[in-house]
Amino acid sequence: MKIVTAILMLMLTFGSAIAKEAAPLAEDEAVEARLIGIAEEMRCLVCQNESLAGSHAELAEDLRREIRAQIKQGKSDQDVMDFMVTRYGDFVRYRPPVKPITWLLWFGPFILLVIGIAALVAFLLRRGRNIQETPLSDADHQRAAALLAEDGKQRTANGGEK
Amino acid sequence: MRFLAPLGLFLVLVVFLAIGLKKDPHEIPSPLVGKPAPQFQLPQLTGADGATFTPKDMQGKVWLFNVWASWCSSCREEHAVLVGLAKTNAVPIVGLDYKDQRADGLQWLNRLGNPYTLTAFDADGRVGIDYGVYGVPETYVIDKGGVIRYKLIGPVTTDALEKKILPLVKELQK
Amino acid sequence: MIPELGHYALILALLVSLVQGILPLVGSHRNNAAWIGLARPSVLALWLLVAFAFGCLTYAFIVNDFSVLYAAQQSNTQLPLVYRIAAVWGGHEGSLLLWLLMLASWMLAVALFSRQLPDAMVARVLGVLGLVGAGFLLFILTTSNPFERLLPAAEEGRSLNPLLQDPGLIFHPPMLYMGYVGFSVAFAFAIAALLSGRLDAAWARWSRPWTTAAWIFLTLGIALGSWWAYYELGWGGWWFWDPVENASFIPWLVGTALIHSLAVTEKRGCFKNWTVLLAIGAFSLSLLGTFLVRSGVLTSVHAFATDPRRGIFILGFLAVVVGGSLTLFAWRAPKTGLGGAFSLVSRETLLLLNNVILVVAAGSVLLGTLYPLIIDALGLGKLSVGAPYFNSVFAPIMAPLLLLIAFGPIARWKQSQPLDMFKRLRPAFVAALLAGAILPWLMGSWSPLVALGLLIATWIVAATALQILERLKAGAMPPRAYWGMHLAHLGIAVFVVGVTMVKGYEAEKDVRMAPGDTVGVGGYTFRLLGVHAVPGPNYSAMIGDVELSQAGKVLKTLHPEKRTYATSAMPMTEAAIDAGLLRDVYVSLGEPLQDGAWSVRVYYKPFVDWIWGGCLLMAFGGLVAISDRRYRIKKLRRGEVK
Repeated sequence: MKIVTAILMLMLTFGSAIAKEAAPLAEDEAVEARLIGIAEEMRCLVCQNESLAGSHAELAEDLRREIRAQIKQGKSDQDVMDFMVTRYGDFVRYRPPVKPITWLLWFGPFILLVIGIAALVAFLLRRGRNIQETPLSDADHQRAAALLAEDGKQRTANGGEK
Repeated sequence: MRFLAPLGLFLVLVVFLAIGLKKDPHEIPSPLVGKPAPQFQLPQLTGADGATFTPKDMQGKVWLFNVWASWCSSCREEHAVLVGLAKTNAVPIVGLDYKDQRADGLQWLNRLGNPYTLTAFDADGRVGIDYGVYGVPETYVIDKGGVIRYKLIGPVTTDALEKKILPLVKELQK
Repeated sequence: MIPELGHYALILALLVSLVQGILPLVGSHRNNAAWIGLARPSVLALWLLVAFAFGCLTYAFIVNDFSVLYAAQQSNTQLPLVYRIAAVWGGHEGSLLLWLLMLASWMLAVALFSRQLPDAMVARVLGVLGLVGAGFLLFILTTSNPFERLLPAAEEGRSLNPLLQDPGLIFHPPMLYMGYVGFSVAFAFAIAALLSGRLDAAWARWSRPWTTAAWIFLTLGIALGSWWAYYELGWGGWWFWDPVENASFIPWLVGTALIHSLAVTEKRGCFKNWTVLLAIGAFSLSLLGTFLVRSGVLTSVHAFATDPRRGIFILGFLAVVVGGSLTLFAWRAPKTGLGGAFSLVSRETLLLLNNVILVVAAGSVLLGTLYPLIIDALGLGKLSVGAPYFNSVFAPIMAPLLLLIAFGPIARWKQSQPLDMFKRLRPAFVAALLAGAILPWLMGSWSPLVALGLLIATWIVAATALQILERLKAGAMPPRAYWGMHLAHLGIAVFVVGVTMVKGYEAEKDVRMAPGDTVGVGGYTFRLLGVHAVPGPNYSAMIGDVELSQAGKVLKTLHPEKRTYATSAMPMTEAAIDAGLLRDVYVSLGEPLQDGAWSVRVYYKPFVDWIWGGCLLMAFGGLVAISDRRYRIKKLRRGEVK
C-alpha cells in the first residue's frame, strides 16, 4: 500500500512538472462569467457599436473593472445594471427596457404576425368567394386536350415539370 | 385605396430618416440632469499638499464642473475659451483632471493657463464614471443646491457659452 | 491623366444612362421601334464606360498614384498588390463605383440573355435600370467622386484599416453588391410590368431566374461576411445584429419571400400585385441599406465616413425611386386581375404564409434597427437596440416558418388535404421528436433550446427525404428546379444545426500561459510551445506555436499571431483555427504578460462550419434551380405562342 502511495505521489510530482495546467486569466472564473453575462447586455459607449464585454477601449476596461468590483461586493445583476443606467441612461442597455416607449418595439412584431396571419386567412376566404371559375366549353376542352398531348410529348423529352 | 398604404408607410419612414440626418447618434444625453451631483472626495491637483475637494465645498454657489485631461486634444480647443471665461469672473470653474498623470496635468495648466478656482485629480476615473463621463471634455452646470442642471458634451465653444451656459448660469444665480 | 479619363468616362456614362433611361421607356410606350432598339446598345456602351472608369481607378491604386485623393486615403505602398486592388472598394467612393459596375454588369446580362423576351418589355426593363444607373452616376459625380485630385500628391498613402487586409475583403463586398444590385433587375421587371399593364404569369416566369440569381449572390455575400468576422475578429462571434449587417439581411428576407411568391404567380397567375410589391420592396430595402450605411444616422462598426450632403442625396434618391414606384403601384395595381382560385389549405396558402412570416421577420429587424433613430427623432431620448433584442424576437418569429418548410413541397396546388399531409409526414415527425430527445445527450447535456433546434432540423431533413422518396416512386425524374428547392431547404436545416450546436455547446477559456503550459477545452488540450517575432510585408508579428492534442495524441501545431501594423496603433489578432467538419478549434493570442507568458484564449466551437455550409448549400440549391431547362433560352418553335 505504501509503495502504491509512493508511486502515486511520484507521478503527481513529475506529472505537474511536465505539463502545467495554465491558470485562468481571471482571478475568479465565476465572477468573470457573470461579468461577461452582464457586459454583453451593455453597450460600449465610446465604440462604434460594440458590447462592453468585447471592447478594448479604455473606458470599457474601466467599466468592466468597476462591474467586477461590484460583483465581488455581492451586488446582483440588476444592481449593476441600475448602477450603469443611473449614470449613462437607457442608452447603455442593448436590451431595451420594456417601457411604454418600447412597447411597439417588443410587442409590435408578434402582434403584426398575428394580424398578418389573420388578415391572410380573412383575405383568402373573401377571395375564394369572389372568384368565379368559368367552366370550359366542350370546344375548349378539346383544344386543351390537344395542346396537353403535344406538350406532354415534349415534356418527357425535357425531363418533366415540377 | 389600400394600394396607397405602402406609399403612405414609406413617406412616414422618409420623414423620420430626414429628421435623423440632423441628429448625432454619438451624443448621449445625461440622465443626471436634474439630479444632485454625485458626492466624492478627491485630492487636489494644485494647491496645498493633502488638500481635497468635495462638491459640498461649492454649496450655495452656481458653478461649472469641467472634465479635462492633458492627453485630450479637444480639451486644448476649449481651454482658451475657459481661460477667457475665468477672467470675466462670471462663474467659478472647478476642473476634474480625468485619468491623467499629476505631472502632466500640472505642466499643462502651467503652459496653457489655469482658469480653474481649483482642480480635483481623478486618477483612476472612478469619479468620472459616477458622473457618466464617457469622453473628455465634458462640462456640467451645477446650481446652488448642488443639482446638475446641464451637461455639455464636447469642447466648450463661445457659441455654447453664449447660447446655453451663460444664460442658464445667470438664471440660476438669481 | 488617367484619373481624368476615368472621370470623363463617368460623365459620358451619365449621358448614356439618361439616354438609356428615357428613350426606350418612351419608345415602348409609343411603340417607336428605333427608340426601343436603343436599349441594348446603350447598355453595352454604359458597361464599357463604367468598366473603363473602374479600371482607371484600379490603375491608380496599382501604381500608387497618391495624387488621387481616394487612393491616398485608402492605400499605401507597403500594401501587397492584392490588397491594393481590394482597397479600391474599401472606402465610400470606390465602393459606390463598384456598385455601379455591378449594376452595369447586371444590365449587360439582361441585355444579352433576354432574346426570347418581347423587345418592348426588355426596353422597359433596361430603361428602368438605366434611370437607376443615372441616379447613382449623379450621386457619384456630385458628392462622391473617386477621381478627385490631391495636389501636391501625398508621398505615402494613409493605408487600409488592418482589419480589412484580408482575403475576405476581396470577395465579401463584391459578392454582397452583386446581390443588392441584382434585386434591381427584379425591381425593373416589376416596374416594366406595371408600366406596360402586362402583369401576368409570363412576367413572373421571366423574372424568376434573375431574382434567384441575385438571391444567391446575396446569400453568399452575407455568409462570407459572417465567416470573415468569425475568423478575423479573434473572438469567435459570427453575427452581431449590427445595423449594417441588418441592412443586408432585411433585403435577403424579403428576397426569399419574393422567390417564393414568384413561384405562386408563375404557376397560378395569382397574387401578382403582392409579388410586384415584394419586388419593389426588396430593391427599396437595398437602397435603404445603402442610405443607412453611408449617411451617419446609425452607429456601426461598418459605417463609412459620413458627410451630410451624401445622406441628403441618397435620401432624395430613395424618395424618388421608391416613392415613384409605389405611386405607380397604387395607380396600376387595382387594374390587375385576380388569377386562379385555391382553397384555404393548399400550396398557395402555405407559400403566402411563408411570405407573411418572412415579411414580419424582415419588418421586425427593420424596426429594431431604426427604433433608436425613431425615438431620437421624436425627441424621446436615446435608446440602444442590440443583439439581445434581435435574438429574443427574431428566432420565435422564424421558428414556425421552419416547421412549415416540410409542408410546402408536399401540399398540392389549389387544394390539399391537411389530414393526408400529416399522415404522410408522420415518420418525419417521429424522427424529429426522437432527435430532439436523444441527440443532445450525445453531446453531453440536454437543454430545451438545443432539443428544439435539432427537432426542427431533423423535421426538415426527414420530411424532405420522405417527399423525395414519394416523388421518385411516383414517376419520372423530377426537374432541376425540384432538386434545387430541396437542396436549399436542406441548407436551412444544416444552418439550424450549426447555430444550435454552437450556441448550445461552445466552450472557451481565457488563460495565462507560459511556454510549456497546457489548457484543455472541449476534450482538446492546447500546449503553448513558445512565441517568437516574425516580420511581415507591412507589419511585425508575434507568432505563437500551440500544439493541439486530443486524448494524448498530438494532432497538429497552430500558429496564432499578434500583428502590429506600421500604420495603426492597435494590434491585430490573427486567430489560428483548426477547422473540421464537426468542430472548429480556435486559438487567439491576447497580450504579453510578465515572465514571457501570454494571455491566450482557446475556443471549442462544435459544428460552427455548418452555419456557412448551410448557406453554401442554400446558394447551391438556388443555382441548381435556375439551371432548370425551362429557363434556357430556347429558339421559338413554329406556332408557339410568345
